[in-house]
Amino acid sequence: MSELSVNQDYVTVTIADQLFGIPVLSVQDVLGPQRITHIPKAPPEVAGALNLRGRIVTSIDVRCRLNLPPRPEEDKGMSVVVEHQGEPYSLMIDSVGEVLSLPEDRFDRNPATLDSRWREIAGGIYRLDEELLVVLDVDRLLDFGISQAA
Amino acid sequence: MDDLLSEFLTETNESISVLDSELVNLEQNPDNPELIDNIFRLVHTIKGTCGFLGLPRLEAVAHASENVLGKFRDRELVVTPEAVTLILASFDQIKDILGVLEETEAEPEGDDKDLIEKLNALASGGAAPAASAEAPAVPEETAPAEEAEDAKIPGEVSLDELEAAFAAAKGPEELAAEAGVDEVVAEGEPVADAPAPVEAPVEAAQAAEPAAGGAAKSEGPKSNQTIRVNVELLENLMTMVSELVLSRNQLLQMIRGREDSEFTVPLQRLSHVTTELQEGVMKTRMQPIGNAWAKLPRIVRDLSHELNKKIDLQMNGAETELDRQVLELIKDPLTHMVRNSADHGLEGPQERSAAGKSETGKVVLNAYHEGGHINIEILDDGRGLPVDKIKAKVLEKGLASGADLEEMSDQRILQFIFNPGFSTAEKVTAVSGRGVGMDVVRSNIEKIGGTVDVKSVEGKGTTFTIKIPLTLAIVSALIVECAKERFAIPQLSVVELVRASKDGEHKIERINGTPVLRLRDRLLPLVYLDKVLDLRDGAVMPEPVEGEEAEGVFNEEEAFIVVSQIGSQTFGIVVDQVFDTEEIVVKPVAPILRDTKIFSGNTILGDGTVIMILDPNGISNMHVSSTIGEDLNEADAKRTAYADDLVALLVFHVGNQEPKAVPLSLVARLEEVDVNDIEHSDGQMMVQYRGRLMPLVKFDSSYQLREEGRQPMLVFADGDRSMGLVVDEIVDIVEESLDIELVSKQQSLIGSAVVDGKATEIIDVAYYLTSALGDWFAEEGSASGAEGRKNRILLVDDSPFFRNMLVPLLNVAGYQVTTADTADEALEMREDGEHFDVIISDIEMPGMNGFEFAEAVKNDGRWEETPLVALSSHTTAQDFDRGRQAGFVDYVSKTNRDALLDVLSQTLTVAGGAA
Repeated sequence: MSELSVNQDYVTVTIADQLFGIPVLSVQDVLGPQRITHIPKAPPEVAGALNLRGRIVTSIDVRCRLNLPPRPEEDKGMSVVVEHQGEPYSLMIDSVGEVLSLPEDRFDRNPATLDSRWREIAGGIYRLDEELLVVLDVDRLLDFGISQAA
Repeated sequence: MDDLLSEFLTETNESISVLDSELVNLEQNPDNPELIDNIFRLVHTIKGTCGFLGLPRLEAVAHASENVLGKFRDRELVVTPEAVTLILASFDQIKDILGVLEETEAEPEGDDKDLIEKLNALASGGAAPAASAEAPAVPEETAPAEEAEDAKIPGEVSLDELEAAFAAAKGPEELAAEAGVDEVVAEGEPVADAPAPVEAPVEAAQAAEPAAGGAAKSEGPKSNQTIRVNVELLENLMTMVSELVLSRNQLLQMIRGREDSEFTVPLQRLSHVTTELQEGVMKTRMQPIGNAWAKLPRIVRDLSHELNKKIDLQMNGAETELDRQVLELIKDPLTHMVRNSADHGLEGPQERSAAGKSETGKVVLNAYHEGGHINIEILDDGRGLPVDKIKAKVLEKGLASGADLEEMSDQRILQFIFNPGFSTAEKVTAVSGRGVGMDVVRSNIEKIGGTVDVKSVEGKGTTFTIKIPLTLAIVSALIVECAKERFAIPQLSVVELVRASKDGEHKIERINGTPVLRLRDRLLPLVYLDKVLDLRDGAVMPEPVEGEEAEGVFNEEEAFIVVSQIGSQTFGIVVDQVFDTEEIVVKPVAPILRDTKIFSGNTILGDGTVIMILDPNGISNMHVSSTIGEDLNEADAKRTAYADDLVALLVFHVGNQEPKAVPLSLVARLEEVDVNDIEHSDGQMMVQYRGRLMPLVKFDSSYQLREEGRQPMLVFADGDRSMGLVVDEIVDIVEESLDIELVSKQQSLIGSAVVDGKATEIIDVAYYLTSALGDWFAEEGSASGAEGRKNRILLVDDSPFFRNMLVPLLNVAGYQVTTADTADEALEMREDGEHFDVIISDIEMPGMNGFEFAEAVKNDGRWEETPLVALSSHTTAQDFDRGRQAGFVDYVSKTNRDALLDVLSQTLTVAGGAA
């Protein structure tokens, strides 16, 4: 999120009561609960694969990626589909909120004290009136395969 | 019109238009070598194809301009506008000839002397003629006179008929005959006008297709009948159709429960149309294999002339269809193999009649469908593959030892012909020795998921069998279930299914915990899918308890075994349940999962669920290591770290209960001797082995030999000396990443480690070598330290196992060894002023790795001169290069003991010579 022009649009999502924002242009789809095929031997962050209108989408458990406890059973959850290097990925999150257009002057860099895992995937913080919104850096979020392999 | 010809026309027209613009481009950028290369290549292709199709006029023009372009490329000629104009003129000429060719299917009469002379003058360095080439005259007369178009499948003439025509036309007039056939095909005119005197083939072709020419004429230009479509577009279409099929299936599922729904009828129609659409799209990709064979009769014919052999080529099943992409990929291998059969396989007429065969050799091609794949056989009735020569070559190349060869069946030995650089042809003829070798044939075929096999009887002939999937896009797969999850296994690698139950005909038995199945007359190794994939948490997995009778504990319930074949290796995959086979569209897995070798792709099933496609190849490659993976389950990271250090261990029993193990790389052979053959001499047990005496040692002094029968032993060899270690039983070969956890006080043991889930004692081979051949080693030791000083070696390796294994080995070989766990520790030694003759370093080490270490060594004066040898489990060419760059003088595989010793002595010799 280096080139911040005037306003940036974000789709807000909630994960474990924390508000996150995903740049609206990178969001391709928002999905309800899906049937996910588990992939053995895959990295733990990979929840499995699902069929999105004939495309096979790799599903990422964002909670696992963020070191959060798994979602409670009764909560079905939702997914946001993004594209990374030409491949579709669905990010499993708790719920999707709205689209917000946020002004630059509300933007802050990541606090230095943030947990390193979070700092890795957070592209900065927006100060909203009631709460704070963490910008999800999708590329870095999906980079775990590479950083792990290295 | 002839398929080949129309394909040629489309292609050449395309090339020419590309050439036009490229050449203009070149005129503006005369120094762009890529442009010149590209132009040259295109013209070269045109020339080649013309020659092949027998279009001499086109060929001559293309050839002349190619010459000029060649000079451009070699910078012997400057690109001038005049020269470009001339070449463009030649392209125009080619275009004109092509136009006539398209209308009449024959080259127009006349010649292009003017143009060619100008081009030649230019090429020979003369000043480029200033005048631009005259527009070539297109002759009015269209009837071909002497030019013969190549005889390829004309219209509907079947290959068999054409073959018959060819067969009948044997003899010196063959060329003329060919001309005759062509003419009929091209013109549809009576034979009487044809200049060829031979009647038989002409008639045959004519009978088959009396009105070919007429029909062709009425349909106008043929190249318009096909359009070229981007494969990607077809690929997309295919995906869309698959999606449509899935939606259709879902809809059908939804209304299945209801009767008399208003949707029933429209849905049925939709269903019908969808099915047809799917078939149609599939068909766009399918082509008869005959297309790949089209060139063969000509090739064989030319070969028979060149080699003075009589060859009869038979082709059966040319109409068998397969995916275009697959077809493209097997074209070259097929041509190569047929060429091989004709060239090396078949004997000359004299030799044949001397052997009591008919003078005419036969090469037969068969293609047929079988299950979800296509089989192609290439048979010849020639001399067969010479097993002895192959053996000699194998030995010469060092691909296997003589002892190994002794034990191999002829069948196994024949497989060596697929190794790179393997040719048993005594002489390189004009036809062999260029193009691809059998190793390329095999790798091309394996690339598309196929297999190739060879059978041969000396004196009788050779048969190659290629088995390839029909299409790459759609495969038939077996759906299996394991731990409530479904997986697809490509049908191609499934040989059969066996149901195993506790008291049924087949039951799973265990040898030292390794599951096997008795299947007819052989033992089938088994892999549990749930284990391979870590599907069940360890607790649920019925693992036999240590010490308990394994058999019977395992798998009370029934299981299904998918018998899979990968190359010549057969093994069983144990699953819970087997469902149907389904046609699936293979899609590649996401990049994140590429490292997982177990899956070859994934797909969407008819019910819309995603399913992973297992790769039996990957499973067979890693099942050994995954069975031991359990010990390392604690952390993924740890597992990956260890994966590099896998060592093949030979597990055996001797003396007490504990299993023993020794690195397989140290064992030269496994033998059995009759105890009666064991002799004693000077208190030493001996056995006569391969014409010499080989000392035998017992595991320890208390060990008792068997009273009678045969006693297994491990043979360790060094140079031409060997010794045998007598054991009770050889159990297994296990690939294990091991740590010596307990160091032994007993001299004969290095220590204990967990192997295959059991505490196992690792024996110290050096101890036994010394006890059997002690004196010799002492001599050897002083020999290598020639000046009375032992060469000092620094061994840097993080794995204690390797340190423990290599130190005695190096000591025995006469080196003085110092070890370091890490690169840092080694560098500390440098600070302490230590000095070594050679440094051996591992590559994969925690902290500073081997490459960084090498750079650190080379960047400091003190050890700068010390040669570095890399020791690694990765020994690919890239690793090697990287190692060289970092400063290593050589790169040795960890498990290759002999290579290490060789490299060390070489390195020391070189270093000594330089000093």
